[in-house]
Amino acid sequence: MKLDLDPEYEAFRADVVEILSTNAHLAPGPEDKGYKNPKRIAWQKLLIRNGLAARTIPKEYGGYGAEPDILKARIIAAEFARTRIQGPMSGQGIAMLVPTLLELGTEEQKQAYIRPTIEGEMIWCQGYSEPGAGSDLAALRTAAVEDGDHYVINGSKIWTSTAKQADMIFCLVRTDPTAKKHEGITYITFPMTTPGIEIRPLVDMTGTANFNEVFFTDVRVPKSGVIYAPNKGWQVANATLTHERGMLGDPNATKARFLELVTLMKSESVNGQRLIDNPMLRDRLIKLQSEVYAMQANGLRIMTSRLKSESPGLAGLIVKLNGCDLNHEIARLAIDALGELGILYEEGEHLRSEGSWQWRYMYDLGLIIGGGTAQIQKNIIAERGLGMPREPKLAKA
Amino acid sequence: MEFALSEDQRMLQDSLKGVLSEAASLDKVRKIAAGDAAALAALDTALEEFGLAALMVPETFGGLGLGALDACLVQEQLGYFIAPSRFLATAVSADLLGRHGNAHLPGLASSEVKVGLALTELFSRRDGAGLKVSGGKLTGKSLLALSAEGATHLLTSDEAGGLHLVEALGALAVMKTIDRTRTFHEVTFKDAPSALKAPAEDRLIALARLLVAADTLGAAQAMIDKAVAYAAERQQFGRVIGSFQAVKHMCAEMAAKLEPGRALIWHAAHALDTSDAEGPVMANLAKSYLAEAGTFIARTATEVHGGMGFTDLVGLHYWYKRIGVNRQLFGSPEQARESAAQLQGFAA
Repeated sequence: MKLDLDPEYEAFRADVVEILSTNAHLAPGPEDKGYKNPKRIAWQKLLIRNGLAARTIPKEYGGYGAEPDILKARIIAAEFARTRIQGPMSGQGIAMLVPTLLELGTEEQKQAYIRPTIEGEMIWCQGYSEPGAGSDLAALRTAAVEDGDHYVINGSKIWTSTAKQADMIFCLVRTDPTAKKHEGITYITFPMTTPGIEIRPLVDMTGTANFNEVFFTDVRVPKSGVIYAPNKGWQVANATLTHERGMLGDPNATKARFLELVTLMKSESVNGQRLIDNPMLRDRLIKLQSEVYAMQANGLRIMTSRLKSESPGLAGLIVKLNGCDLNHEIARLAIDALGELGILYEEGEHLRSEGSWQWRYMYDLGLIIGGGTAQIQKNIIAERGLGMPREPKLAKA
Repeated sequence: MEFALSEDQRMLQDSLKGVLSEAASLDKVRKIAAGDAAALAALDTALEEFGLAALMVPETFGGLGLGALDACLVQEQLGYFIAPSRFLATAVSADLLGRHGNAHLPGLASSEVKVGLALTELFSRRDGAGLKVSGGKLTGKSLLALSAEGATHLLTSDEAGGLHLVEALGALAVMKTIDRTRTFHEVTFKDAPSALKAPAEDRLIALARLLVAADTLGAAQAMIDKAVAYAAERQQFGRVIGSFQAVKHMCAEMAAKLEPGRALIWHAAHALDTSDAEGPVMANLAKSYLAEAGTFIARTATEVHGGMGFTDLVGLHYWYKRIGVNRQLFGSPEQARESAAQLQGFAA
C-alpha cells in the first residue's frame, strides 16, 4: 500500500502545471460555447501538441504518440480539475470511435477520420439503440441491403445525442436478416448529410432535448464505411461499449458533486440555522460521504489493477451501478436540504445553484437507465462477478 | 502508487484462513457458543501460536510491529469465520500502549497480559454508569465490556475521556447479547489503581470502530458466499434459484454494496498507519458504511436461503447476529457519522 507518487511522476506533474500556467490565457472560457468554436479547436490542438490531449494516439494520425500510462493520464485529469482550466474535448467520436478505429479500422479509415476527430473538426454521433432494441441491443432491425458498392439503409435509431451537430455517424445495421441475431450485424460509418436522414429532437423530463431520434429512408451509403468486416459488427461494438461503460460513474466527478453539496449546506440557512447544522440533514450528508469515499477508494483499487494489467473484477463491474445511483442520491439530498426552494427550476430570483440540482436529479435518473440499465448491470455483476447462472433461454415456439 | 495488499498481507490472510477453517469451523463455533471451554481454549491456543497477540505490539517490545491495515485483514478473517477471539481488544490496546511505550507491551505480545475493553462510556454513557477518578483510582461501572472474561487488565475511560489501564480485579456480570460468539460484561470498579493515564484521543475509538467494520466485512462476505452457493444448488420450478433474476439481483446488490467497503477499510487503515489527519474521519465513515451494508446483506442473504435461512440448521443466524452486534458496537452508525462530522468541523 503506497499512495504517493514516484519522483518521475511528481516531475511529470510539475511539467503539466507549467504547461497549463503558461497557456492558461489561451484557454476557452464559459462564453466560448458550441462545437467547432475556433478558440476551442485551437486550444485542443495546443493540448495535443503538449501531450495533454489525444496523448496515446499515434503521431501519424495526429496524436501526441506517447505510450499509455494510466498514472500520467490521471495526473493530467487531476490538474485540469484542480485549476478548472478547460480540459481536452470529449464526445462519442473521441471516446468511442477513435479507439475502435485504432483497434479494427483500415489504414485508410484511420488516416481519414482520427486526426479531424481528435482535433474537434469532425463531430460524430452513435447509432446503436432502436425503439425495439434497448437492453437487447442485438435485436436491432435497421436494415442495410446491398446494392453494388453501396448499402441502402432503412430504419430508425433513438437516444442519439449530438445527431444535429454531427458530421458523421457510426451505426449498427442488420446486413444478414437470416443469420443469428449477433451474427448479422455490421458496424458502418457514413456522413449525416447523406440524403434520406431525418433528425427529430427527443425532449426528455429535464425539458430539453438531450437526445434525438434519427430516421433512415433509402439512405445510400458506400460499403467503404464498414469497420472491420460485414456481419462482424457485434464484436466491433463490444470493443467500443467497453470504452463507454468506463465513462459512466467516475468517482472523481462524484466527489466534486459531493463537495458542491457540502458548500451548499454550509452557505444556505433556514430559520437562522445553516443546513449543515440540522442533525438529520447532516447525518444524511455523512452517509453519502461514506459512499463517496468508498467509491473513490474502489477507484484507486481499479487503477492499481490496471497498472498491473490485471482485471479489476467485481470492483470494476459495480462502478456504473453504484456511481450513477450515488450521483442521483447527492442531488436528492441537495433538493431535500433546500426544501421548498428546492422545487424551483430554470429561472427566478430565489433559484439556488442555477437549478442544477433538480436538473441533475432528473438527468442522473436518465444515466441510471442509459448506458446499460441498472438491471442489466445487476445481471452482469451476478453472472460475471459472482459466477451465477444465466437466465435459461426460452424454447422457440 | 499502489493501492493493493502486499504479498505478505495476502499470505497473512491465507494462512489465518487455514487455521480458522479448522479451529473455528461452524461446528466448533457452535460448541463455543454453547459454553464448551475446551473448544474455546483450543481456538485461543491456535490463534496465540499464530501470533495474533503480538501483531500490533511494536518490535522493540517483542511484537511484530504490524499496522492497522494488517489488523483489519486479520479481523476480516475472524469475522468471516465468526471466530470468538480477543484479537480486537488486544490490537486496540497494543496501538494505544505502543504510543505510550507502556511496560505491559511485552506481556501483551506474549499473551501473559490480556486486555479487555471497557470503553462504552466514552461515547454512550447511561445514567448510573461511568467511572470517576479520585486519587489516581477509578470507581464506577462500565457496561458491555468486550473480552473482559479472562482478561488481566481492562482499558477504560474516566468521565473526562481520559484513558486508563487497570488490573481486572473488578466484579464481572455477564451481559447476554444476541451474539454468543463474543462475551460482554458489566464491570464494577472500586478504587482500582490506574497503570496508564493517557489523555482523551480520537484515534482509539476510530481504530476500534474500523476493526469492527473489518469484522463486518468478513462476516458479510461469508453471508454473500453462502447465499451464492445456496442459490446455485437449490432448485425450484425445475431450475436452480440462482438463475432467477429476482434472486440474482439480490446477490448482485449485496456484492455491489460490500465491495467498495473493502477498499474504504484499506484506505482508512492506511491513513491511520501513515498518521494521515483524515485517518479517524475515514475510520468513522468505514464504521458507518459497513454497518449499513452489513445490515442489508445480513437480511438479504438470509432471504436468499428462504425458510432454511431462518433455521438453526444452516447456522446462518450466527453471522446475522454478529453483524447485528457490530452495528451497535463502539457506537451506532449514527454516532460514527456524528463523530466523522465533528472531526471535519461540520458539527458544532
